[in-house]
Amino acid sequence: MNEIPVTMTVNGEDRAATIEPRLTLADYLRSECGLTGTHLACEHGACGACTVLVDGAAQRSCLVFAVQAQGAEITTVEGLAEAPGEPTAVQRAFEDCYGLQCGFCTPGFVVSVTAFLRDNPEPDDREIREALSGNLCRCTGYGGIYAAVRQAAAELAEAQGGAS
Amino acid sequence: MTAGRYVGQSVARREHRPLVTGHGRYVDDVTVAGMAHAAFVRSDVARGTITAIDVEDAQAVPGVFAVYLAADLNTVCGPIHSTLMGPNAPMPPMRALAEGDVRFVGEPVAVVVAESRAVAEDAAEMVVVEVAALPAVVDPVAALTDTENLVHPEKGTNVAQAMPDTGGPDVDAAFAGAAQVVTGRFAQSRGTNVPMEPRGLVASWEPGTGEFTAHVSSQNPHEYHAHFARVLGIDHHRVRVLTDQVGGGFGQKVFVSRDETCVAVAAKLLGRPVKWIEDRRENLIAANQARNEIVDLEVAVDDDGAMVAMKARHVEDVGAYAINSHASASGSMSNFITGPYRIGHLGFSSTSAYTNTVGRAAYRGPWLMETTAREQMVDRVARAIGMDPLEFRRRNTVTAAEFPFSMPGGVPIDRVSLTEVLDQAAEMMDYDGFRVRQAAALSEGRHLGLGISAYIEPSGIAFGALATEQANIRIDAAGKVRIMMGSGDHGQNTATTMRQLVAEYLGCDIDDVTYSQHDTTATPHGSGTAGSRTAVIFGGAAIGASKRLREKVAEIAAHLLEASPDDIEIVGSEAFVAGTPSRSVGFAEIAAAAYLAPDRLPPGVEPGLEAVHRYRPPSLFTLSNSCHMCTVEVDAATGMVTFDRYVVSEDCGPMINPTVVEGQIVGGVVQGIGTALYENMAYDPDGNPLASTFLDYVLPGAAEMPEIEIGHIESPSASEGGFKGVGEGGTIGAIACVANAVNDAIAPLGAHIDRLPMGPSEVLAAIDSAGGA
Repeated sequence: MNEIPVTMTVNGEDRAATIEPRLTLADYLRSECGLTGTHLACEHGACGACTVLVDGAAQRSCLVFAVQAQGAEITTVEGLAEAPGEPTAVQRAFEDCYGLQCGFCTPGFVVSVTAFLRDNPEPDDREIREALSGNLCRCTGYGGIYAAVRQAAAELAEAQGGAS
Repeated sequence: MTAGRYVGQSVARREHRPLVTGHGRYVDDVTVAGMAHAAFVRSDVARGTITAIDVEDAQAVPGVFAVYLAADLNTVCGPIHSTLMGPNAPMPPMRALAEGDVRFVGEPVAVVVAESRAVAEDAAEMVVVEVAALPAVVDPVAALTDTENLVHPEKGTNVAQAMPDTGGPDVDAAFAGAAQVVTGRFAQSRGTNVPMEPRGLVASWEPGTGEFTAHVSSQNPHEYHAHFARVLGIDHHRVRVLTDQVGGGFGQKVFVSRDETCVAVAAKLLGRPVKWIEDRRENLIAANQARNEIVDLEVAVDDDGAMVAMKARHVEDVGAYAINSHASASGSMSNFITGPYRIGHLGFSSTSAYTNTVGRAAYRGPWLMETTAREQMVDRVARAIGMDPLEFRRRNTVTAAEFPFSMPGGVPIDRVSLTEVLDQAAEMMDYDGFRVRQAAALSEGRHLGLGISAYIEPSGIAFGALATEQANIRIDAAGKVRIMMGSGDHGQNTATTMRQLVAEYLGCDIDDVTYSQHDTTATPHGSGTAGSRTAVIFGGAAIGASKRLREKVAEIAAHLLEASPDDIEIVGSEAFVAGTPSRSVGFAEIAAAAYLAPDRLPPGVEPGLEAVHRYRPPSLFTLSNSCHMCTVEVDAATGMVTFDRYVVSEDCGPMINPTVVEGQIVGGVVQGIGTALYENMAYDPDGNPLASTFLDYVLPGAAEMPEIEIGHIESPSASEGGFKGVGEGGTIGAIACVANAVNDAIAPLGAHIDRLPMGPSEVLAAIDSAGGA
């Protein structure tokens, strides 16, 4: 099969590879970059577990071919925080509010919520529910996740208020 | 103990940090040198004879290592059965790959192993399987009397199991003397567990040593260990099973599937590691499913509105190959179908049907049809005699003064809070206030409804292979504590709850404790996380081992401090003389004596600091109980159901960690809502599964879900710590609760639904057939 050269930035690092055009961005990140935080649960764009930021926009990496990300800036769940293992406000909120049980869907939620709160720092309850509707969780019943978004929003708003 | 230093507290769940930052390790994250990848060729015909299989083109694909058929795999595969059910379980002849015929769409026919999953899938598409199709058996009721079309011809019948009617003259007499008899038929939709992480394993057989290692996504690693030893014909002690994070299971990953079996055998045949990670389509069509059941109920009521007798006829669909047995829920059904009510006489019968569909699995509360049917029936009876459903339940519920009350199925009801949860739920819901609101809404043409569901849950069932669990606790040479258990946690936070118990009863700082369940060669034998057994049985083991180890720590500390062991208190990994906190010695120093300076130990004390305890609860059933109430609004024009409120009053005894308990309840409720309103694994008459993506198999999402309010009642069980299991109850209670709410809402329209799911089209159809809104 023809292979195509592709370059992109992943979590701030420049990456270059020669890959099959059919390789999805999700598989590229997992197998070529070793970034296994991006999870595949449905591979047809319905569950959101594989959500990453592509040039800042939350996208399902199972629906993007890696070659389509040529030149893009990709951020995965591992790249959200300043340092590896250090949680962001959103990640801490998921911990605090019991926004996860098995944790398999969690990276997708964390990335989606991170982008959502950046674009809409003061969401109302209806907007939070709509924002969460693109990701599926089978363990939590969404209650803890919902609470996590509210906590993260409040914390980010406070940080913003303090900074200005 | 209700609230200790750690027990009863919502302590931080430290195992979450890697999961939120993307550093968890699930089975697909495991890479082994030289690893190949498997893909299955699956039947696209539900029933038929295999006339030819052509693998030539597939084998010629560059990068393909092998294409295995039944002739290659089944001939070397040892017996397939679960440890729990044993080799003599009633079940059809199990086979790894389809051989001679196919019996459901999705049945594995061939396994392709290649250098990558992509190449394996490419090659799998080139395998040509020719099948002479036969009429499929899909309807379980029709299957029972079909003698022409047999799912398993060698069985001579489609009846997988028949449990004869337990009724008799007493039941008949009770019905004959009844003021009124009410009947109902209730059907539940076929659903499936849908763990977000599909099944998968990395299997390695070392030709040099003859040892087999598998990384798996499992709720029950020691079962996988035993299974692989059996099917591979390898000595038990040469097998090793490893689990890291497990992304959900809900019963689907308790027993080893034939797909996983095939991959293990393929790895041995090939002599190199093989990875198989199921994709979602495979999970939806080929992993085991559940819930397709029908119950006919008759209830006899006396003049005072008391339910005096019940007759139940249960039919269940066990598919073509139920997991590891006929997988019938009939035993638990017959025990618990009368639930919390003072029903003195029961006639119960159950029949299981083989069909040409994927087999029945355990799925969160596998017997829950007893509650789904009974609680809908209770509403129907109340309506028939013109009584409010809450008042009707109050009159019929067994009170504490009657404990132990013997259910007609034989289980004694004791140590539960049946009336208390009814009262608490009604108060939380403002039951009377809702009825006023409901009437006002109806006068404006809006249809509100309230559902109630009450049940008794058999948690921590203590028979056979499920009866016991063990904790091994080690204080290492540096004074840190490690717990080892064979649990199979797949999201329940077992690491945190077991750390809480050990920190509490051993007396150490919780940050000094780690929990391991990952490696069957290092952990004691366990029967996995299933059947709401973790808190009760693993919890009892953790407490017992902690107490034993604490005694030894106290003895050594007393010697080092020149005090009596009776005067030693242990808190925060520090042992001190009671009343004299300055005379203390830490775990690090005690451990140093135990391992490195045995001359410092008291005479006769064995060096080292480890304790082992295997625990069996005192009761066969550790009963928890609950009452669910929810309110909904039904849009009579669109059929849409929206939640207003959802309330659960739950009694699981003392809670080890309230956040974890409530997380189990909320998650369980939402799975039950899914069964009630959304999820339907439908098959067409030819046996084709109609839901192979998440666009067809509709899971509950964040936008539709209610916020669930939880109240707790605490009556301790007889088990160590007084704990009761809570893992399945949320789901058990929710299905009927939601169904009752919808039916309450549409009752003024003369409409009723007794088949799940109650999606918009079903609601509209019910309203239409009742004469329209």
